[in-house]
Amino acid sequence: MEPMLSVKNLTVKFPTDDGMVAALNGMDLTLNRGETVGLVGESGSGKSVTSQAIMGLFKESRAVIDGEITFEGTDLLALSEDAMRPYRGKKIGMIFQDPLSAMHPFYTVGAQIAEAYQVHNKVSKKAARQVAIDMLGRVGIPDPKRRVDNYPHEFSGGMRQRAMIAMALVCEPELLIADEPTTALDVTVQAQILDLISDLQAETNSAVIFVTHDLGVVAQLCKRVVVMYGGQCVEQASVRQIFQRPSHPYTRGLMASMPHLAGDTDRLTPIPGSPPALLALPKGCIFADRCEFAKIVPDGRCLNMRPELIVEDDHAVRCHGHELKLIDETSLIGAGS
Amino acid sequence: MSAPLLEVTNLTKHFPIKGSMGRTVGAVKAVDGVSFTLEKGTTLGLVGESGCGKSTTGKVLMRLLDPTSGSIKLDGEDITGLKGKQLDGFRRRVQMVFQNPASSLNPRQSIGAAIASPLVEQRIKVPGGIKAKVADLMDRVGLRPEHANRFPHEFSGGQRQRIGIARALALDPDVVICDEPVSALDVSVQAQVVNLLKDIQADTGVSYIFIAHDLAVVKHMADDVAVMYLGKIMEQANKRELFENPRHPYTRALLSAVPSVDLDAALTERIRLGGDLPSPSNPPSGCVFRTRCPAYELLDEAGKQRCSTEVPAGAMACHFPNAPLAATVGA
Repeated sequence: MEPMLSVKNLTVKFPTDDGMVAALNGMDLTLNRGETVGLVGESGSGKSVTSQAIMGLFKESRAVIDGEITFEGTDLLALSEDAMRPYRGKKIGMIFQDPLSAMHPFYTVGAQIAEAYQVHNKVSKKAARQVAIDMLGRVGIPDPKRRVDNYPHEFSGGMRQRAMIAMALVCEPELLIADEPTTALDVTVQAQILDLISDLQAETNSAVIFVTHDLGVVAQLCKRVVVMYGGQCVEQASVRQIFQRPSHPYTRGLMASMPHLAGDTDRLTPIPGSPPALLALPKGCIFADRCEFAKIVPDGRCLNMRPELIVEDDHAVRCHGHELKLIDETSLIGAGS
Repeated sequence: MSAPLLEVTNLTKHFPIKGSMGRTVGAVKAVDGVSFTLEKGTTLGLVGESGCGKSTTGKVLMRLLDPTSGSIKLDGEDITGLKGKQLDGFRRRVQMVFQNPASSLNPRQSIGAAIASPLVEQRIKVPGGIKAKVADLMDRVGLRPEHANRFPHEFSGGQRQRIGIARALALDPDVVICDEPVSALDVSVQAQVVNLLKDIQADTGVSYIFIAHDLAVVKHMADDVAVMYLGKIMEQANKRELFENPRHPYTRALLSAVPSVDLDAALTERIRLGGDLPSPSNPPSGCVFRTRCPAYELLDEAGKQRCSTEVPAGAMACHFPNAPLAATVGA
């Protein structure tokens, strides 16, 4: 079956005074209808740039984009700004991290949800307002008839995020991109929002790209995970495979450095060093300078050659050591220091 | 038994709300009757969600804010009433690491000068000179001493937090108050800083007040944990006890809300708190948690009556610890 969305070898570069910042360096991603994929990585790994590129938010910027984004057979990158409009907001919805800055402070919440609806549907103001009220009710805002006339500052953080979700879903998009929607929220509120997203997804059967840095959230919500590092997908697999058999040294390092609520480890194993500078990427594997397996791979391959994304049993890994079967499952979890 | 290193009794911090003509019309009860002790060489974790008063508690402990009432004793000496210059001696022994290292460092001051600033401010004579002391501190937190002349923007987030830690350690304090020191960092770097803080404690015997909202990090760092809600401590216990056998309904709800990476974890309790935090300027009467409490829902009338009476402050601020909990509460 043709995937609903496929991103192939996507590169995004931003010109700056210091040179080109390579935010994405050959990103690959596929998504099937109704599927939830977690996009995981640390700051600067390119998670948000990937989602913004899919939304076509770089069309009128100076960003240099290359590669392929195919959504239901259409190449989104080839579309003009006008031709992109029916996709953005209608077929692809987006939830941003910080609802306070994503909403206009001078307009009521209801007006903003109604506007999102009216842009894509020819309806009267009154009908759009009714849609907004229904939508607020669906995302669990108590007393939506009254709340529809509130301004964003009158909502609490959790309610604002619910309103953002209402705005993103009002046109019933086939694909929902949620960019760290719970990062700014407290855990108890985060739990409410995660429940809401999975309930609404079950209801509407839309596909979801869930961008997060929290592996716990991924485990709870997603079927498949894409781990990003330095603007590339370094590992892609089902949630079960990723947690039971993490194969890329970075994924392993990430898991070892996470403090857990269960169990009793006395010491965390951090990944040494810091994330790559996107202004001057190494010639070889982007993770090589933090990876201890780089030493055991022959011919200095990790330092000189970019590894390919190798797919085996639906488990994709971008690593020379893994490709050469030098990293087995028993070898030390985490890159150690 | 000797007095604990730090003893906090019934600490409150109320911020007045001014109405028209500057009259005080109410108060935000940010911290409302918090008591705990901290022993030498141990870590007390203060956890809770935003608005629970954990950061205000930290600031009052550091005397950056004056407490409304209550007492703070360091080695048995009451420091609550100290003012101005009198605080110098106290600040030599209690230091702070802030959440955002980018905004707590002066962008136009070299990091060497930043790390030396507590020594300069307190006019401390350092045998061997301040430069050597700074180099030693930088080395201790894993920074390269030759970078002392660089400026904060030249460092990554994790490195900046190391600078903040080096500055807090400059006076060899007995207590370091860490206010969300790792929340702004990525996990791989967060682990480096957590390990660093633990190593420093093992080396120097410093005590930490570790303020955080991330329960897993607190579990990793702390010896004792106090869970705060709406300015009050709900439950306070040894780490092992608190995480393995949480008793307060709020602690149980909080723990069950953390997304687990264990795919096969049998969820013994899955509790969802509904609604939002009540306003700290108008907290519910009696038990402040009762409006969202998953145990309250299942209580009979007499029990509910009891919950609207004052809960005695202490390690367990609940009339019905271990009570059965409803799966979801409120809207």
